Amino acid sequence: MNDAGPLARVLGLGKVFAGASAAALSEISLDIHPGVVTGLVGPDGAGKTTLLRILAGLLLPTSGSAQVLGHDPAKEADTLRRLIGYMPQKFGLYEDLTVLENLNLYAELKGLSGGQRTETFERLLAFTSLNPFTERLAGKLSGGMKQKLGLACTLLGTPKLLLLDEPGVGVDPVSRRELWQMVHQLISEGNSVVWSTAYLDEAEACDEVVLLSQGRILFSGPPKQLHQRVEGRVFLLRDDTDAPRATLRKARRDPASIDGVVQGKSVRLIARPGASLHPDEHGIGPGAQLGPTPPRFEDGFIDLLGGVSAAESALALAMEPKHVADGGVAISTRALTKAFGDFVAADSISLEVRRGEVFGLLGPNGAGKSTTFKMLCGLLAPTSGDAEVAGVDLRRGRAEARQRLGYMAQKFSLYGQLSVEQNLEFFAGAYALTGRRKKEAIARMVEVFEFQTYLSTKAGELPLGLKQRLALACAVQHGPEILFLDEPTSGVDPLTRREFWTHINGIVERGVTVLVTTHFMDEAEYCDRIALINQGKMVAVGTPDELKARAVSAELPEPTMEEAFIALVQAPAAAELEGAA
Amino acid sequence: MRAIRRLAALVKKESLQIVRDPSTLLISLLFPVILMLVFGSGINQDTTQVRLGVVNLDGSPASVRLVDTFAHTPGLHLFVGSSIEDLGDRLRAGRLQGFVVLRSDLGRRVLGRGGAAQPLIEVITDGAEPNGANFVAAYAQGAIGVWAREDAAQRGLAPGSGFSLEVRSWFNPSMRSQNSLLPGSVTIIMMVVGALLTALVVAREWERGTMEALLAAGVSRFELVASKLIPYFVLGLLAFTTCVTMTHLYFAVPLRGSLSTLYLVGATFLFSALGIGLLLSTLLRSQYDAAQAALNAAFLPALMLSGFIFEIRSMPVVIQAVASIIPARYFVTAMQTVFQAGDVWSVIGRSLVGLTAAAVLFLGLTLLKTRRRLE
Repeated sequence: MNDAGPLARVLGLGKVFAGASAAALSEISLDIHPGVVTGLVGPDGAGKTTLLRILAGLLLPTSGSAQVLGHDPAKEADTLRRLIGYMPQKFGLYEDLTVLENLNLYAELKGLSGGQRTETFERLLAFTSLNPFTERLAGKLSGGMKQKLGLACTLLGTPKLLLLDEPGVGVDPVSRRELWQMVHQLISEGNSVVWSTAYLDEAEACDEVVLLSQGRILFSGPPKQLHQRVEGRVFLLRDDTDAPRATLRKARRDPASIDGVVQGKSVRLIARPGASLHPDEHGIGPGAQLGPTPPRFEDGFIDLLGGVSAAESALALAMEPKHVADGGVAISTRALTKAFGDFVAADSISLEVRRGEVFGLLGPNGAGKSTTFKMLCGLLAPTSGDAEVAGVDLRRGRAEARQRLGYMAQKFSLYGQLSVEQNLEFFAGAYALTGRRKKEAIARMVEVFEFQTYLSTKAGELPLGLKQRLALACAVQHGPEILFLDEPTSGVDPLTRREFWTHINGIVERGVTVLVTTHFMDEAEYCDRIALINQGKMVAVGTPDELKARAVSAELPEPTMEEAFIALVQAPAAAELEGAA
Repeated sequence: MRAIRRLAALVKKESLQIVRDPSTLLISLLFPVILMLVFGSGINQDTTQVRLGVVNLDGSPASVRLVDTFAHTPGLHLFVGSSIEDLGDRLRAGRLQGFVVLRSDLGRRVLGRGGAAQPLIEVITDGAEPNGANFVAAYAQGAIGVWAREDAAQRGLAPGSGFSLEVRSWFNPSMRSQNSLLPGSVTIIMMVVGALLTALVVAREWERGTMEALLAAGVSRFELVASKLIPYFVLGLLAFTTCVTMTHLYFAVPLRGSLSTLYLVGATFLFSALGIGLLLSTLLRSQYDAAQAALNAAFLPALMLSGFIFEIRSMPVVIQAVASIIPARYFVTAMQTVFQAGDVWSVIGRSLVGLTAAAVLFLGLTLLKTRRRLE
């Protein structure tokens, strides 16, 4: 960092959109320093994009002021646009143009021509490793390559400040790591970067972080500062005599705990400041080991929010335990394949999910998770291969199987124009509940999820946390044996995510089988077993701890889930290369 | 110089998108061909067979000759009835479009006997179908005229010593309704194609998120609008050429004016049609909404209020005022004039003024409504 003063300064900034009841941003004051990566971190709807757009001169603030590189974006947008590079969320690429045509367009718009352009293109194409793909249509690039091309287009005018809106979304772990390497290289060349993200693990890679929640700044400073808040208060508890979910449930009875999640075979706990954890007093076996662990950004975030209530899942408590035949199989597939034309979206997937387990499909966007998922739900007919779900052969009794499973689609597909009650009624009908059973089921959901005061509120107007609850209620009210969750917590704040998983853990303990897709590496650790999916193929299956153990090497003695993913994905490629040579 | 290069880059981008997007090419190249075939073959105001009844209550040689003349008139499908009541019933049932009554004193009147000077022939038509009724009247009059001349000649009177009636239709002497309908159809087709082409393009940038990137790159309003206008203008001219070629060569509608006048009028009109599409796309920012709105805003007024089918002068004053701001109205007049009458500058000049005003209005509004921010 240097003493040149901030690159951008925001003072008391507020933004209220016409017709909106709540402010998108209120009283935002922050400095963006030169030569660093500033992370703009927060869940969906926190106001990240609005703030970036105001800084780029694309939106006008309702109150307060901003200075970017000495210019007011509200008044001098044209001057400013030449000095900054702004990359919007959807890349701003033309999908029906090739890589080179996209670059040419933005080069002309930024006034780059002749030898200067040739030189810049060479440098950027090498930098982004897009050289072999210059003639490929941008729409045919993978998520990671699109982001790299977007970044290259943004870098064309040699901007002093880069504003990148969620560049890590939809990117596989390998490309995401490369994107970060590119950003660090840019920083070392004297650039400054603002990187917005909903992924808390990305926040840790930033030099400075501005944490936004509901349009307000919750924290700003180096991420280490947030770690320091919870330093010495984060522990891993491992009890091999019990399931981690049961251990978590018991451990959270300890009033000294303010947060807890499953992490592989262990449970991650945060202690209240000044208090110490006593798991043995809450029914956890004497053989359990409790040890400190380094804090993560998420731990600090949770602490900042005052911790998570320890209430057990009311949903699980209201549910009859299901008979779990030991070792019974809920889902099994043999060489399940789905091809769309030449493109094989899911290639010969064979897996077995036991009753009463949480099974995760982990992989980047476009890996084939959702395709596999939809085949198992009976929403998509497989091209070849077999699958049995809840004892029903998918080729014969798809409708029959559907009654016995619940499905929660991405982004909680609720009917926004219908009220909470109408949504519950519709989904009850869709899962063939009728008469008294339907009435009872809805009444139970209303009680369990405390919908009483919201019954006539339109689903589209609910706050995010309640939407999540309603989506879950709609999927479980008919008492399914198997619950399918497609990216259930993407973009959701950590408190909502905790509440959601408390319910999931609760109903799994009652015997429900859960199949979940996710691209969050830490969410994968909530699962009993995970299958890593990449480019339509299943790369590996195992418990989170096993998969991490398989990736251990001299350089990586303690790999994270993401590092394990990268190592396991690259291993077969490396083997192929060796075979070819 | 820099500005021209930026505009050129944007136009190139737009053109590449056009070439790679089959739907745009379909709208501009195939759509006009299909619509021309539909309009040219499907819509036809000519009545080829008139169903006419006749009752002869007289029986004199003159009246028999008249019935004979009717029977031999091409275009008439004759039914000889026995009584007025019988024919009246058939008319009410829709089986006849009209009938002719020859009263019992016709022969005497023709010969000038019985004190009555003028022969009287009654023609009754079905007024519920005015178009058909006009045809019946015209055909009946024509046949009676032929008969009257022949009758006079037979009785030794010099032809032409009585009166003779000759109807001549100017501008469309063969009375092919296609000659006036097809130039009018071109208007509707160009209106729909023009508005639809541009309705999608600005909204598409919003939907795909590329607008944000363009704005962030500092693209100006003028560059934005011009880069959309230029490539689609070229496509529109191609569509226009298709329409004109088919009208003239395939449907054999004579072109009396010059090609340059035709293209001057067509190009001016194109700007207003493209302008409507651009304006809707800019305002609505959704491809679906903009396409729906463009179809309604382009097709219906062009069909109903352009004078293509319904005579504007016979509309209520308020509707006439509405019609006066519809560019298609000026284009219909200009097209029909250039095709059927020639380069009549007194008419075309007025149309050009109307078309230019419409183009300036829609494109001006588009520029005004083009925002350089996201709200």
